[in-house]
Amino acid sequence: MAAPTEYVPKTYRARMSTYWWLDRRPYLKFILRELSSVSVAWFVIFTLIQIRALKRGTDSYAAFEAWLQNPILIAVNLIALFFVIFHAITWFNLAPKAMAVRMGGKRVPNILIAGPNFVAWIVVSAVLAWLILR
Amino acid sequence: MGKRSNEPFLWLLFSAGGVVAAMVVPIQLFLFGLAFPLGWLKGPSYENLLALASHPLARLYLFVVCMLALFHWAHRFRYTLYDGLQIKHLNELINTFCYGGAIVGSIAAAWLVWRFP
Repeated sequence: MAAPTEYVPKTYRARMSTYWWLDRRPYLKFILRELSSVSVAWFVIFTLIQIRALKRGTDSYAAFEAWLQNPILIAVNLIALFFVIFHAITWFNLAPKAMAVRMGGKRVPNILIAGPNFVAWIVVSAVLAWLILR
Repeated sequence: MGKRSNEPFLWLLFSAGGVVAAMVVPIQLFLFGLAFPLGWLKGPSYENLLALASHPLARLYLFVVCMLALFHWAHRFRYTLYDGLQIKHLNELINTFCYGGAIVGSIAAAWLVWRFP
């Protein structure tokens, strides 16, 4: 911000607490939603370690699988799963807000826009599960 | 003010990454992170998983998912620090950490899937 001079008045800015997002539930939900990105990053790290172990051979991959059974890893993955599901739900529900479709003068109900996202989510998850488990 | 912002491009990556993260991450994390280690489901054998992952399409998929998910994280995490902690004076450091991390991670992903034994 420019320093106050004769021509630039000093503007008043109320100081906001660093913990403003603890004040109200919607704020907290917002910051938790934003923090879900950390879980997404963790998933990438997890996957890269997995690919590396897979390429190194049977022993290496067995060690990776044993490492995953560590209670700390289970806890981390449980928390990460919670956050990525939270991300998915909030992301799909965002579509009707970003895209206000009108038909015959009336707004198309949110569920008709968000719905296909959820259907696609289920289909994609099922296909991936089938590919991995088959 | 004449400098063109690369914000729209970063936002596009963030958005594409958001879709990818929502669509494919929960099921993969559930299976590999919980269901297989806890024995709820029987995981694929090493040979089957290697065969699946070494398919060219699977390698391309893994790279794209990792890259987009990282840029999604970078953008969102940057603004989480920006809005949440209001540490605007550390902006340059945060940007370098976030987008730099995404670039390094993407290179690592590309290098890992490039060749399979």
